[in-house]
Amino acid sequence: MKTMRDTGVLFARSMRHILRSPDTIITVVISPLMIMLLFVYVLGGSIQTGSDNYVNYLLPGILVIAIASGIAYTAYRLFMDIQKGMLARFHSMPVARSSVLWAHVLTSLVSNAISVAVIILAALIMGFRSSAGVLSWLEVAGILLLFTLALTWLAVIPGLTAKTIDGVSAFSYPLIFLPFVSSAFVPTSTMPAAVRLFAENQPVTSIVDAVRSLLNSEPVGYEIWVALAWCIGITVVAYFLAMKAYKRIA
Amino acid sequence: MTDNAIEVKGLYKSFKSTEVLKGVDFEVRRGEIFALLGSNGAGKTTIVKILSTLLKSDGGNASVCGFDVESQPAKVRENISLTGQFAAVDDILTGRENLLLIAKLRGVANAKQTAAALLDRFGLSDAANRRADTYSGGMTRRLDIAMSLVGTPPVIFLDEPTTGLDPEARLEVWKTVKELADGGTTILLTTQYLEEAEQLADRISILHGGVIIANGTLDELKKLFPPAKQEYVIKQPTLEEIFLSIIGSKGDK
Repeated sequence: MKTMRDTGVLFARSMRHILRSPDTIITVVISPLMIMLLFVYVLGGSIQTGSDNYVNYLLPGILVIAIASGIAYTAYRLFMDIQKGMLARFHSMPVARSSVLWAHVLTSLVSNAISVAVIILAALIMGFRSSAGVLSWLEVAGILLLFTLALTWLAVIPGLTAKTIDGVSAFSYPLIFLPFVSSAFVPTSTMPAAVRLFAENQPVTSIVDAVRSLLNSEPVGYEIWVALAWCIGITVVAYFLAMKAYKRIA
Repeated sequence: MTDNAIEVKGLYKSFKSTEVLKGVDFEVRRGEIFALLGSNGAGKTTIVKILSTLLKSDGGNASVCGFDVESQPAKVRENISLTGQFAAVDDILTGRENLLLIAKLRGVANAKQTAAALLDRFGLSDAANRRADTYSGGMTRRLDIAMSLVGTPPVIFLDEPTTGLDPEARLEVWKTVKELADGGTTILLTTQYLEEAEQLADRISILHGGVIIANGTLDELKKLFPPAKQEYVIKQPTLEEIFLSIIGSKGDK
């Protein structure tokens, strides 16, 4: 009970941090939107995806980019809490230690859900249409939530262990870059063999493909299971390593 | 129940191959101001971290208000408050929000009144709704100490509370510490400034080379040295006295 209440209090605190940080909002929502505008209205005309609505094709990848940049801030906020001595303050108080970490995780889940919703709204204005039913939308929400959870626990590790602020941000670059070497922007079939091999076997492709199929009411193949396996696998491993790092500093 | 708020016996701690604490013993009585004096790197912060359950010792016993720091850390945390070497305030929140945050986490019944009273007491009412990153060093430290008083814990650790503060802000902190002790709070203070220990502490322990080498009241410590000689020296004002008399006021910058 006390743990839940403490988590709630600390969650409200980090959400306030986000709302007061224009930098976070710009990076997490505005830049994915700009990428979406760029690809749809500048590059999209000459990209052959086999479908006539490029926004439909692009949206899942944009959502993945938004989440990847969103969780980078989780690592940053955690790092700053340690640097500023806030973590030590909380740990020397009658506050459950798990609350401190879960508040950051919860903040990540909620704030990323908000930015995903905003981007979907913008996509609707740009011509995104989906024939998916409620169940498919719930499945999409579930996959994206799991993906956010996986990346969040991954982000907790550098948040807890990084020595410098540069170390924290260095971790997020590859994550934001991953969607570009996937099926997010163009079909993998046009890529050279080596790149294609990588693209087709990294987590973003299976997640993007699964979300895309669900939104387009197309039959979802094995990719959804691959996507789930990636998300759960990353979550379990990252959670284990993050907890190990947390015990070391707590 | 003993008369001691803090008991430390044979405390050992090393980091990798460096032995920092080599059997530290001391007691702090209820309601007193106890100063742990030592140079940089003597291990003062390490002791404070062990006592505030942030760090585990390698050997020995430490208890706060009768609760063992190792086996009953939750009980210890209910009875203490830590003001670390560097002010731990949330920059992005306002002064008031910082106090409310701690009040809610400590489960204080009337969080709003508690916050307002502390803001008033520490002269932060005017700045209450400003973000803490706009505060001066002295104001930040005052907010930091105010946050430690939320929920009136019986034991307070102040780890080098005046390091990095200007003389004015330092006097403010001293005043606060004295008021706290008058209210019955037990205070363990670490410092590298001899004058600070002399001004504030009821009892002083000197930590050197990983052990307590001297322990007692200021008068007792003075007796350890050769008796004072009478000399005639013209009393020059110190630069600090000159500085303080020139600036005169004690308003916030």
